[in-house]
Amino acid sequence: MNAGISAYVEFEGVHKSYDGETEVVRDLHLSVQEGEFLTLLGPSGSGKTTCLMMLAGFEAPTRGAIRLGGRTIHDVPPRQRNIGMVFQNYALFPHLTVGENLKFPLEVRGMDKGDADERVRDALRLVRLEGFEGRRPGELSGGQQQRVAIARALVFEPRLVLMDEPLGALDRRLREEMQFEIRRIQRTLGVTVIYVTHDQQEAMVMSDRVAVFNRGRIEQVAAPEVLYEEPERPFVATFIGDNNLLRGAIVDIDGDFCQVAFGEHTITAFLVSARSVGDTVVLAVRPERIGLAGEPGTYRNEFVVPVSDVIFLGDHLLVRATMGERVDFVVKIPNIVGHGAVLPGDRVRIGWTATDCRALVPDED
Amino acid sequence: MHVAFCAAVLVFLIAPILVVVPLSFNAEPYFTFTEGMLRLDADAYSLRWYASIVEDEAWLRALVNSLVIGVSATAVATVLGTLAALGLASPAMPGRPLVMGLLISPMVTPVIISAAGFFFFYSSLGLAQTHLGLILAHAALGTPFVVITVTATLAGFDVNLTRAAASLGAGPWRTFRRVQLPLIAPGVLSGALFAFATSFDEVVAVLFMGGIDQRTIPRQMWSGIREQISPAILAVATFLIAFALLLMGVVEWLRRRGSQAD
Repeated sequence: MNAGISAYVEFEGVHKSYDGETEVVRDLHLSVQEGEFLTLLGPSGSGKTTCLMMLAGFEAPTRGAIRLGGRTIHDVPPRQRNIGMVFQNYALFPHLTVGENLKFPLEVRGMDKGDADERVRDALRLVRLEGFEGRRPGELSGGQQQRVAIARALVFEPRLVLMDEPLGALDRRLREEMQFEIRRIQRTLGVTVIYVTHDQQEAMVMSDRVAVFNRGRIEQVAAPEVLYEEPERPFVATFIGDNNLLRGAIVDIDGDFCQVAFGEHTITAFLVSARSVGDTVVLAVRPERIGLAGEPGTYRNEFVVPVSDVIFLGDHLLVRATMGERVDFVVKIPNIVGHGAVLPGDRVRIGWTATDCRALVPDED
Repeated sequence: MHVAFCAAVLVFLIAPILVVVPLSFNAEPYFTFTEGMLRLDADAYSLRWYASIVEDEAWLRALVNSLVIGVSATAVATVLGTLAALGLASPAMPGRPLVMGLLISPMVTPVIISAAGFFFFYSSLGLAQTHLGLILAHAALGTPFVVITVTATLAGFDVNLTRAAASLGAGPWRTFRRVQLPLIAPGVLSGALFAFATSFDEVVAVLFMGGIDQRTIPRQMWSGIREQISPAILAVATFLIAFALLLMGVVEWLRRRGSQAD
């Protein structure tokens, strides 16, 4: 999906503070390619919605530049930015019919009635709501209202559409259906979408790239599989999927790998960024990359640990074990024939490879 | 016990108003119930006082004045009050409580003080004893009602709707006309009705400011009581009670419609 070569949307050193003291967004750098589906993912209060509002023009950055198609847009009022916007609460005009809601941006642009009617029909077909022109928003279900909101944000053919947690108010099944739907529409039209959510699974399903926000900063921007496989920060490692984090000091470095002391153990790990001996690192190991080692020597890192709990979850088992000071060390074992019975109180040999164990720079706090 | 107490309160509140109604049908020129009326004798009742006000040019002129001044003052108050409420609803507005307090101060200031103020201020502008002067004075008295009702309606207004309108390309005027106004219309209308009622039964400012050509219905009643005590005033009063009930009915209907729209 890298249609454009230059950045279409660009945040450069953007700061935002409402009270002049606390910065909601700190030194933000982000560029979005044309035709890309980029998700801003983070917990609430991490600054992602503020970024979206600054791009839409409803908030102004305290410092820094925001560019759209190469031009800074600080002086352009929201109505002249030509950006489609989908709100979490839909923000459909309740006193207008679906058709009138969709026609609103076309009337503003002075389009004649025949063309406008055709555009409205096309937009409703795109969101699979043909023939809903005469209904009022209040007569529609939440999912249908969200489809209308999406159609309205697209009907005037903006090149950029912003979506602020658009599926937050829907139940899980509908949310999953709409995720595919939005992705299909975005691919069909080739429109650039910047999408805000706090749901990591939603971000994984829909996005070309995900920017992970934490406390006003972007921790990492990458494709979903890269974020999962190669997290660069402990925050990303735990926010995207599950991870066991172990804190220790580097005792030796050998090329891309290092030896980290953890209690009485020494763990071999992949060194993500340049560090020196003595530095503290956070080791991240995914529960499903840890195996039960029948024979000693199966894995580069192997430890015999006491099992405190076993939880049966259908397709897999979660084994909780004590690993040094970590009492909540989790191992995920697929439920396949012959996995062998593991019981609380057992001592089991677990292990993982050096590449599945990433040594990260600790989060500052 | 509770029921009796409530009934007593209700009688206390509305008996002085209701007693006017049968008295307005008195066949005799008295303000009291005649023996014939108490016996429900048909001859003791008549429509003569209603006939007298319809025939009397002074009452007709008063009605026209009341309507002209009331409608104009309502128009001014509605526009100003709605704009003020919209401005006050903006988060960018500094000193909101202070401005709000100033705007609704005519409601709590004794009317006699406002009226004296209007008199001296408008006299120096040459607006005393003019329709325009009274319209402006009544608009000032009616604006707070509009500010309050529109502010109340805006409290439930989703700010994302105006943001959505802006993102779709609409300027402030179109956003107001197509999105905000239709949704706050019940508040605007009930504010307008309150403003009209304020002007329609206002007598103090008219006493200070109005000349013989600006006599409104309440002003005409006032001189009626002072100059020629006749049950014609009671007929007018009955008419005003009916009118007030109608206004209250409309306000209630608007309120229900407004709450249904949510």
